[in-house]
Amino acid sequence: MQISARQSDGSVILDLSGDIDLAHSPAMRKALLGEIKEKHTRKVFLNLKNVRYIDSSGIASLVEGLKASRDQGSRMILYGLSRSVREVMELSRLQKIFEIYEDEEQALSS
Amino acid sequence: MSLHLQSNPEALCLVRAAMQQATEMLHFQEADSRAIVRSVDEALANVIRHAYKGRDGLPIEVVCRRLYGGRDSSEAAGLEIVLKDSGTPGDPRKFRARPLNEIRPGGLGLHFIKESMDVVEFSRKDGKNVLRMVKYLAP
Repeated sequence: MQISARQSDGSVILDLSGDIDLAHSPAMRKALLGEIKEKHTRKVFLNLKNVRYIDSSGIASLVEGLKASRDQGSRMILYGLSRSVREVMELSRLQKIFEIYEDEEQALSS
Repeated sequence: MSLHLQSNPEALCLVRAAMQQATEMLHFQEADSRAIVRSVDEALANVIRHAYKGRDGLPIEVVCRRLYGGRDSSEAAGLEIVLKDSGTPGDPRKFRARPLNEIRPGGLGLHFIKESMDVVEFSRKDGKNVLRMVKYLAP
């Protein structure tokens, strides 16, 4: 899995690619919580367009990020979910608690 | 197909690739193929995290067997996957997926497995934890 960050009008876009599994979810969690809890970024976008697979540890990290963003009064926004990622979201029945958009344009204008 | 692994999270991507190939060979539908890959991945992650408590280099065996059925018993009817590990014995009665109305991290892996597979059985045999999972081919 690879993570890179882009700045956009005081917000941050985390571009994720590859597989978010037990081996790699800790890196995503660290990047996400770093933005939310340490840098106090007001809006954190997660670009999941190039994520092929996410497991329960990845979903757990996203839930942790969401809870941290609620505690900080900030927003965590997901977009570009592949069919595989969307399927896991539905299976966890957590898709309604996340802010999810189709693509970057929609997400940034939200 | 038989895989002998070590309890290293980096090995999970290799197992997913092998399971993907196996399910394609058996002509599982795409969604069922993803369900099988996900279940094996989650089951292995549970072994690494809970049975082996995150320790590296401990043995895990994955055995996949084609199940036959149908009128002449020669058609593939499904796939049986058996995982064995020598980790801490768990109490299958306590293996429960967490309630989904709780918004908190963790506890989803077993829920994914139970939702995805047709048969999920935990047992303890010859000093090993055994997980047997079966997915039947859609008619």
